[in-house]
Amino acid sequence: MDLLQLITEPLTYPFMVRALLAAIMVGVLCPVVGAYMVLKGLSFFGDALAHAILPGVVITFLIGWPLAVGALASALLAALLIGVISQRSTLQEDTAIGIVFAGAFALGVALLSTVSSFAVDLTHILFGDVLGVSQTDLWVILALGLLVLGIILLFYKEFLVLTFDPVLALVLRLPATALRYLLLGLIALTVVTSLQTVGIALVLAMLVTPAATARMLTHRLPAMMTVAAMLGVVSNVVGLYVSYYLNIASGPTMVLVATTFFGVVFLLAPGRGVLWRTVRASSAQLQTPANPRA
Amino acid sequence: MSPVHKRAVPHDATLPAIELENVSVRYDQTLALENVTLRLTRGARVAVVGPNGAGKSTLFHVIAGVVRPTEGQVRIYGSGPGGHICVGYVPQRKVIDWDFPVTVTDVVMMGRVGKMGFFRWPARRDREVVRAALDEVGMSAFADRQIGELSGGQQQRVFLARVLAQEAELLLMDEPLTGLDMPSQEAILSLIDRIQAQGVTVLVASHDLNQASEQFPTMLLLNRRLIAFGPPRQVLTTPNLLAAYGGHMHIVRTGDGEVMLADTCCSGGTALALPSLDHTAAPVVQPVAQETMQGMRPPR
Repeated sequence: MDLLQLITEPLTYPFMVRALLAAIMVGVLCPVVGAYMVLKGLSFFGDALAHAILPGVVITFLIGWPLAVGALASALLAALLIGVISQRSTLQEDTAIGIVFAGAFALGVALLSTVSSFAVDLTHILFGDVLGVSQTDLWVILALGLLVLGIILLFYKEFLVLTFDPVLALVLRLPATALRYLLLGLIALTVVTSLQTVGIALVLAMLVTPAATARMLTHRLPAMMTVAAMLGVVSNVVGLYVSYYLNIASGPTMVLVATTFFGVVFLLAPGRGVLWRTVRASSAQLQTPANPRA
Repeated sequence: MSPVHKRAVPHDATLPAIELENVSVRYDQTLALENVTLRLTRGARVAVVGPNGAGKSTLFHVIAGVVRPTEGQVRIYGSGPGGHICVGYVPQRKVIDWDFPVTVTDVVMMGRVGKMGFFRWPARRDREVVRAALDEVGMSAFADRQIGELSGGQQQRVFLARVLAQEAELLLMDEPLTGLDMPSQEAILSLIDRIQAQGVTVLVASHDLNQASEQFPTMLLLNRRLIAFGPPRQVLTTPNLLAAYGGHMHIVRTGDGEVMLADTCCSGGTALALPSLDHTAAPVVQPVAQETMQGMRPPR
């Protein structure tokens, strides 16, 4: 089969076309939001949030309501509990997050185990079910995605001040607390939007890995977000195709591709990559006066 | 209640620029500031000195409206800090994330965010103000550099430009000269001069008592409480310095005499050493290089 056939053959299946569209949209959305997480050390929080929405998702799944509603309710409750635990005890916030997310996750799994299709459903919730994306699902992803990106655009400069210099945000009398909650809410909404494409267990990779890769390649935030989005889309599309031809799970494959990109850039990025720095260090050694030939 | 992108409350120049009345700030169990009362007129130029933990940063935070006093009142030109966006705060270099993907221009433009209001992008006026601010501090050539690529002095100048872009009327600088070489320090001091000449009220926290006494007509000696305030001559007296730094000095008996160790400073500043504890004599304040020991023997 030639390259064109390789590309077009899967597209003869409507479910693949839908999967591709979902993968592209999520590939743009997650890294843009993930940029803030990478810069502010919110990775653990993001992962915890993804796990903590499980009970909400399961309950709404079982009663037939939209999953997003359950997910958001669950996320808010979890955030509240984390706040209460860290404020009312000497435990660090890190500990409170761990306790709440593990407990919520366990609750979700336990609730889901009451259903006979437990194993399949759990796999889909954890690792995504991008091949099962419906037309409606696509519209929901588009709408929520545009909402999140729109809010980021609207509040871009305020978020920039908040994340770079929180004291300046206070000095300029920006509504810092409200903005911070808005940002956390956007992360929660992004997780919910990406659930079907990549699942709870791996959505963190969607958020963080392309953004981290972009971080090593850029030095301005808009550039970082653009490169991250491009990487996200390419990783997801390539991952989807690879999973189609190798007949393996799609969500995890997308994450593997994104992680591979990270690895390559980590080693080779000009000026910042590990190999680059090692090569530069040894060539500097060769140029010492002891070796005038170099 | 903090206003969102509020227009600056117009300033009545007859009122004190900064006024603190019995201000105390308590964090959990620690009292960071105790009963500080202070009045500064417009255009004042004050060096804030004191040992580590004296509350210099807290004082700045409470003036900037970043922290609310546990007791007492803070007033900027007659009203609480919450109504003002005219306070320029330059933080210590060590608290900034220098790896953040922002350029010099990005940082200076952040100073305009208070004036821009929600849902607006930088307009021509904002870009002009930023350009003028960068010119004023001599950083135009570095406009597109990522901030981590700059030297200490250059970083300080970028944050000063941010304050200029804010069109601030107050300038609070937290240890701007620490760790800078002499030429950079002089550059910053001359910038502060120019800014003050435009009517801006300036407070600079410093560890270097000598430099502060030479460069600033007014000093504020702080150690949780306000110990002294006025011209350097009046502030830098033995009783005052003992009251401020006393807990940070240790007299150690060694094999061949006594050594007085002064622990006044962070890394990168000068230590204060007093030649004698004679309360009647005026102290000779001598800098002791950081690399040598932080102390000296009393003269015999």
